[in-house]
Amino acid sequence: MSDVNKNDAKNFAVVNHSVPRTDGVAKVTGSATYASDITLERMAWAKLLRSPFAHAKILSVDVSEAKRQPGVIDVLTANDLGALHPYYGHAVKDHPLLAIGKVRFVGEPVAAVIGEDELSAQEALDKIKVEYAELTPVLDVPSALAPGAVLVHGMDYIGGAFRGFDDFNNFPGGTKNICQAVHVEWGDVDSTFASAAHIVEGEYYFPMIYAYAMEPYVALADYDPKGQLTVHSSAQHPFMVRHDLAEVFDLPLNSVRVIVPYVGGGYGSKSYTKIEPLTAACSWKVSRPVKLQLSVEEAFLTTRSDDARVYIRTAADGDGKLIAKQATIHLNTGAYAENSPMVCRKAANRIVGPYRFPNVRIDCLAIYTNTVPASSYRGLGAAQITFPVESQMDELAHQIGCDPQEFRLRNLAHSGESIHPGLRPIDADVLGDIRIAAETLRSNGPLAPKHGRSVCCSASDAGAHPVTLAMVQVHADGSVSVFSGSTEIGQGSHTVLAQIAAEEMGVPLEKVRLVGSDTAVTLFERSTGASRTTTLMGRAVMEACREAIAQCKSMAAELLGVPVSQFTEERGGIRHGKDWLTWPEIIERYFQMEGCSIIGRAYLRRAGALKSVPVFWEIGVVGLEIALDEDTGKISLDTLVTVGDVGLAIHPAMTESQDLGAATMGLGAGLFEELIFEGQQLMNGTLLEYRVPRFSDLARRVELKLVENRDGVGPYGAKGGGEGSLNPIGACLANALYQAAGVRIRSLPLTPERVWKALQEKKAQAPAMRRKSSVATPVAKKDRAPKTRSHKARAPKTKV
Amino acid sequence: MKINFELNGKSTSLEIEPRETLAEVLRARCRLTGVKLSCESQVCGSCTVLVDGLPVSACTYLAYEIRDKRVTTIEGLAGGAGRLHPLQQAFLDHFAFQCGFCTPGMILAAKSLLDENVHASDEEIIAYMSGNLCRCTGYLGILKAIRQASAELQGPTERKQAKS
Repeated sequence: MSDVNKNDAKNFAVVNHSVPRTDGVAKVTGSATYASDITLERMAWAKLLRSPFAHAKILSVDVSEAKRQPGVIDVLTANDLGALHPYYGHAVKDHPLLAIGKVRFVGEPVAAVIGEDELSAQEALDKIKVEYAELTPVLDVPSALAPGAVLVHGMDYIGGAFRGFDDFNNFPGGTKNICQAVHVEWGDVDSTFASAAHIVEGEYYFPMIYAYAMEPYVALADYDPKGQLTVHSSAQHPFMVRHDLAEVFDLPLNSVRVIVPYVGGGYGSKSYTKIEPLTAACSWKVSRPVKLQLSVEEAFLTTRSDDARVYIRTAADGDGKLIAKQATIHLNTGAYAENSPMVCRKAANRIVGPYRFPNVRIDCLAIYTNTVPASSYRGLGAAQITFPVESQMDELAHQIGCDPQEFRLRNLAHSGESIHPGLRPIDADVLGDIRIAAETLRSNGPLAPKHGRSVCCSASDAGAHPVTLAMVQVHADGSVSVFSGSTEIGQGSHTVLAQIAAEEMGVPLEKVRLVGSDTAVTLFERSTGASRTTTLMGRAVMEACREAIAQCKSMAAELLGVPVSQFTEERGGIRHGKDWLTWPEIIERYFQMEGCSIIGRAYLRRAGALKSVPVFWEIGVVGLEIALDEDTGKISLDTLVTVGDVGLAIHPAMTESQDLGAATMGLGAGLFEELIFEGQQLMNGTLLEYRVPRFSDLARRVELKLVENRDGVGPYGAKGGGEGSLNPIGACLANALYQAAGVRIRSLPLTPERVWKALQEKKAQAPAMRRKSSVATPVAKKDRAPKTRSHKARAPKTKV
Repeated sequence: MKINFELNGKSTSLEIEPRETLAEVLRARCRLTGVKLSCESQVCGSCTVLVDGLPVSACTYLAYEIRDKRVTTIEGLAGGAGRLHPLQQAFLDHFAFQCGFCTPGMILAAKSLLDENVHASDEEIIAYMSGNLCRCTGYLGILKAIRQASAELQGPTERKQAKS
């Protein structure tokens, strides 16, 4: 656990301690309420008819027979949507509530049956007759980018709540299947490569992932015809959902209430708006509360990660110093933009890594195809690009003849150094983190045969856009309510925020209660993602407490008839001569009223300490030792080391658990997770066929290290975590495999089949070229450069 | 059809449809929403409940099969006066959950393991629990929690022996 700043830690009463989770008892006794557990009086159920085609015109939808089925209340189709604004999307408003005119992926909702119960609604789906005229589907990125390509959309949309994404199909020379294009450039890349001593290049593939939050998407909407819409949802970002709902129904913000109870896992997959507008439209149609509970199979058809094909080359000089990087990233974004424009922007930023590069050129495209829409997945593009970046760091080190760890240490940015012109300098000790991971792996002793080790790292511009508002109520009985629009998705925010309030107000943790998320009650919080909650909401809660304290001090000055300067503030109250007055006592005496409360608030925006972006750099440092079974190609985990460079762990045990959880999710993507499309059809969209990490995949040895240098802008120097440990895992596995068996694989996941084939290929080649490079397909430069690459680059866009 | 069974220690009588699953009956008719539904195909274990002490996937187990049997859900695990079962306490102590969606099934599966073999080794715990998925924690906290509950349930004498 934490080794740094131990003396400081002693000064904290509540934070930096692994206190019991405030949601703990509810979660181990089954009383924790999730959106799927909520029912309302007169509640009806919706079930969705989904498209069997990836790309087709809808010629007609006949619901007359379905409507006549017993237990069916009504059927919602695109024909009903005329009275609404039926397209939503926070980046690009391209997503219809139900397919309008044409379908764009297998599984797209076409109609919704609303029934008295789930079964009646489900059974009536078969009675809906839809006539389609099939169109040529765009099933992969190359066909989407080919000249004269069929267009997935072929119409223009307006931008959503986030500005700067609506020029998506104006990429010069590109087809209109380009959803978003981001260009990052500095220095002189071409001439540097022309004279570089060492260059490696390659193409890498990171697969489509299904985040599998165990609670599938669920929404329960109640549209009151007088113009009040209430939605209970499993959404991560209630305020972004509220914004979309207000626009779809043309309602003022005060008439849309989004309530998010406990959420059964998100990992990005529940970020932004999903099924809420459609559920609300069902309720609007029948004037009753309606619940839409998706199955896991339907969740597979709702959101996935962008898979990424990355061409990348890296150059070093004769001294082993990195001098240039160039990359082209193609993200397969699927049928709708969702959050992929942001994934595109982040992937372009994050592919630089925590290294000093004087010359950089990155082009990143998010590309529409007729597949399940892609959106946020834990790390927002970082896992996709860290695999190529850190694989290539090892490849380059080997070419130079340098130890990969030494090569990284030589090129990593030190704390305070800039890796991205114009962005916040690195606020972490990446070199120290790498050394900790490497040292921990070395303590395993000499490497056993068929074992391999690797330490890899990543740097993510984290925290998203800093707009976070918080409010605390300090009650005269000594209890405190914290109003937070940040969602408790399991990360422990309700505990961490309570800890911060207890620390500040000088009350025991049990005296603090969290309220939220509920857009009618809590103040605006942009989102719960990008590892931002501890940093931003934590800071907002701290500032709100301090504002409440300032009010209490003014009240005390009035009560005592002395200026504030004449008494001293101590944790929990003030001391004046022999008098000790607590904050609650001051409140009660000031108002002469029991049961009274005051409010402290804080509004964080991009100003002051938060002016510089990103809010913080989230560093991922992971060390792995793997064991390879050469007969089967199976990789098993010997040792996993995570290093969480978190500034200060408000709750050390939960911080470690976040790191292990993220790393485990990364192991899934690295070893077995991949959505497989055959033609139009997703072939493995069930948990029977989609393998996620199990108990038996646990490493023999797990070491979760925390580094606490208090170098973040969050409360007490804290920074976020929870994504970093996922990002380096793919490269760690590939590098460790190279060490174990001498094969370099540039596509994930490293399934036994893929590894075994690579081993066989190496054996076949062995007599001819002993110990020469890798077995991966050699990359021909010209083939790899996408057609769009030659077009003149655009200036980097404003960050959202 | 009418079925009689024991639910969390109380004899219960219910009118059900023959096609209803145990999860549907427990969640909708008995309002025991600690039974969580995820994969609905016996892979994830989140709907695990105990029938006559043995774990079943309530998502695919027909409710009529519980007639004249004992059913235990997470709501029935704690003792009186808010006293938690040693497994529940151990899950709290080791932060063996985050979102909590898999937790009821996880705890009940672990209970059936320890009821069967209170001395379960790490290997036995890992093998037995591999039918319960957790997407948040990476499993280590759960392993530690089950170890702790195992020691607790062995009682003081046996615990000493186990240590030495």
